[in-house]
Amino acid sequence: MKVLVAVKRVIDAYVKVRVKSDGSGVETQNVKMSMNPFCEIAVEEAVRLKEAGVATEIVAVSCGPQQSQETIRTALAMGADRGILVQSDEALEPLAIAKILKAVVDKEQPELVLLGKQAVDNDFGQTGQMLSALLGWSQATYASKIQKADGELTVTREIDGGLETIKVKLPAIVTADLRLNEPRYASLPNIMKAKKKPIDTMSPADLGVDAAPRLSVVKVTEPPARQAGVKVGSVAELVDKLKNEAKVI
Amino acid sequence: MAGERQDHREIRDAVAKLCAGFPGEYWRALDERRAYPTEFVEALTEGGWLAALVPEDYGGAGLPLSAAAAILEEIQRQGCNGAACHAQMYVMGTILRHGSEAQKQAYLPDIASGALRLQAFGVTEPSSGTDTTALRTTARREGDRYLVNGQKIWTSRAEHSDLMLLLARTTPRDQVAKKTDGLSTFIVDMRKVLGKGLTIRPIRTMMNHNSCEVFFEDMEVPAANLVGEEGKGFRYILSGMNAERILIAAECIGDAKWFIEKATGYAKERVVFGRPIGQNQGIQFPIAKAYASMRAAELMVQEALRLYEAGENPGAEANMAKMLAADASFEAANACIQTHGGFGFAEEYDVERKFRETRLYQVAPISTNLILSYLAEHVLGLPRSY
Ligand SMILES: Cc1cc2nc3c(=O)[nH]c(=O)nc-3n(C[C@H](O)[C@H](O)[C@H](O)COP(=O)(O)OP(=O)(O)OC[C@H]3O[C@@H](n4cnc5c(N)ncnc54)[C@H](O)[C@@H]3O)c2cc1C
Ligand SMILES: Cc1cc2nc3c(=O)[nH]c(=O)nc-3n(C[C@H](O)[C@H](O)[C@H](O)COP(=O)(O)OP(=O)(O)OC[C@H]3O[C@@H](n4cnc5c(N)ncnc54)[C@H](O)[C@@H]3O)c2cc1C
Repeated sequence: MKVLVAVKRVIDAYVKVRVKSDGSGVETQNVKMSMNPFCEIAVEEAVRLKEAGVATEIVAVSCGPQQSQETIRTALAMGADRGILVQSDEALEPLAIAKILKAVVDKEQPELVLLGKQAVDNDFGQTGQMLSALLGWSQATYASKIQKADGELTVTREIDGGLETIKVKLPAIVTADLRLNEPRYASLPNIMKAKKKPIDTMSPADLGVDAAPRLSVVKVTEPPARQAGVKVGSVAELVDKLKNEAKVI
Repeated sequence: MAGERQDHREIRDAVAKLCAGFPGEYWRALDERRAYPTEFVEALTEGGWLAALVPEDYGGAGLPLSAAAAILEEIQRQGCNGAACHAQMYVMGTILRHGSEAQKQAYLPDIASGALRLQAFGVTEPSSGTDTTALRTTARREGDRYLVNGQKIWTSRAEHSDLMLLLARTTPRDQVAKKTDGLSTFIVDMRKVLGKGLTIRPIRTMMNHNSCEVFFEDMEVPAANLVGEEGKGFRYILSGMNAERILIAAECIGDAKWFIEKATGYAKERVVFGRPIGQNQGIQFPIAKAYASMRAAELMVQEALRLYEAGENPGAEANMAKMLAADASFEAANACIQTHGGFGFAEEYDVERKFRETRLYQVAPISTNLILSYLAEHVLGLPRSY
């Protein structure tokens, strides 16, 4: 089974994000960038499927600027076999990415596409679903466990208040949730090997995709600063404040 | 941090991720017991990090020295302590450069895989100290073996290494033309002689650094374990010094960055007299000064690396890099502990631990005075002072 994994370059999850002074977005200059943590989980799952003899080839795809090559290299160092960079310096919206991925799927003909459930930069959480609709393939989102049987996958999904186990027919789209696995660290020999693995570069236009933005960002603001707490003198005072000030009980 | 070096980015990122699994609590618990960070060293070994400098033909990554420097710098920068295993990266260089093909085949692939640990380096002795050629440990040839007698001190990681690279006198000092002659280098398989001529005793020190006294009593070493020619061992040891100094310097740069980040973070958060202490120049300036010193030292490390990788002899630059980086890391350590006020002394901030750990590099593997003597004599042409 050939597996396609989508990987996105985002601001590192441990960086304190700063909003640009004009409110048009967030600072990305001189900020550490990494692979989106949910994409890392998707790559890890693909590599485990390969180690288990289920997957035969793993192709890592990234849509974004030239530097997204580094993100692909990270996937290659984790165990992906080759990469595809669909290069665009424009900000790409979920629909554009889904269209690009569809075009890549048409070319590559994988049986499974793994994605993160969302990217930690914009938190859209839509790309996998849109791709599934565009391809007309089955989808299993928020996966915390994946098992393959003949021609189908059994996927455990994280849903509000519990777990749901579903079966989907292949080919399928699966998006990874946090508890699917714990991604490995790349080892030095694998980082070295990754340098020799091929990465094809193309543009959305090469794939016949119009990636022009359809959304416009009106304003980006910092979350409100946390208010200082208050100390209460007694349980009675606490109950009173919860009831009459916070109005939560 | 501003002015961040970008070389070997993917290596730094991967090492940082590995180190994230070994937080302050891990090191504090070991420090209390003066215990060896076995899990950390295993993780580095499994990831292939300690084999960075072993050539690909012998199973390593065959990377240039700057990659090893990036690995060690990152380890320190993340608050971990590479001293537990840094020697596994570079001691093998002596075998690589001066050993026979048979020795390389016998040891290097297993060193690369981590199956064999060569991270003990027996040079310093109690009575000779910095004056290496005055060392008294002797190796006397008898048939196809040598018998070694004497004592080493500060042999780090001796309890956590399979092999030791040993420098011993094979011809008495008064029978050689130059006192640097008559010394020989051996590969000692400590597993075979422990308790049979070899005794190891750890020394309790101010930081967690398995350093030992090592005693030899008619310890047998097969003649096949002599590296290169008999009597030329001092040169073989010296040939590895530049790499060692540059790598230790890189570790100090990593320490300095850790202290600067830690101090800056605390200075922004800690509020007394109604404002962050970092708003006071009395707090800002020492950290800013430490940053400038670190960056200057880092440039010297880069210069030494550049010369080393170009195949030139960076003797002066490697020594200066070691001295400047060790000074920078201690300056940063001092600024950091001062910024933390009383809390700098509390173990749970890790500042006091790192402070103790980085202080070592003013003395080992070569003390600052000896670097200054070297520069005075070899660069400035002043009369030799010792
Ligand atoms: C934790 C630790 C780990 C170590 N690990 C190893 C190891 O793995 N293998 C190994 O072989 N060694 C190791 N060493 C030894 C280290 O290299 C020596 O401690 C160092 O070289 C200094 O030698 P010494 O301690 O005998 O000091 P001494 O030579 O006695 O020097 C004492 C002081 O006098 C100064 N001094 C000496 N001569 C002069 C001079 N001519 N002019 C001006 N000042 C001078 C020195 O700079 C120093 O400050 C380690 C040491 C420590 C503390
Ligand atoms: C081992 C130990 C024993 C102690 N014993 C006692 C004891 O018995 N009883 C007791 O009451 N206390 C004791 N102390 C507390 C000690 O007096 C305080 O640690 C010290 O006064 C500093 O306060 P702090 O730690 O809160 O640092 P902070 O007040 O947070 O200061 C942190 C740093 O900021 C600097 N700083 C703060 N404000 C300014 C400014 N405006 N301009 C420039 N720099 C500034 C400080 O000089 C310091 O370097 C002890 C501390 C230790 C470590």
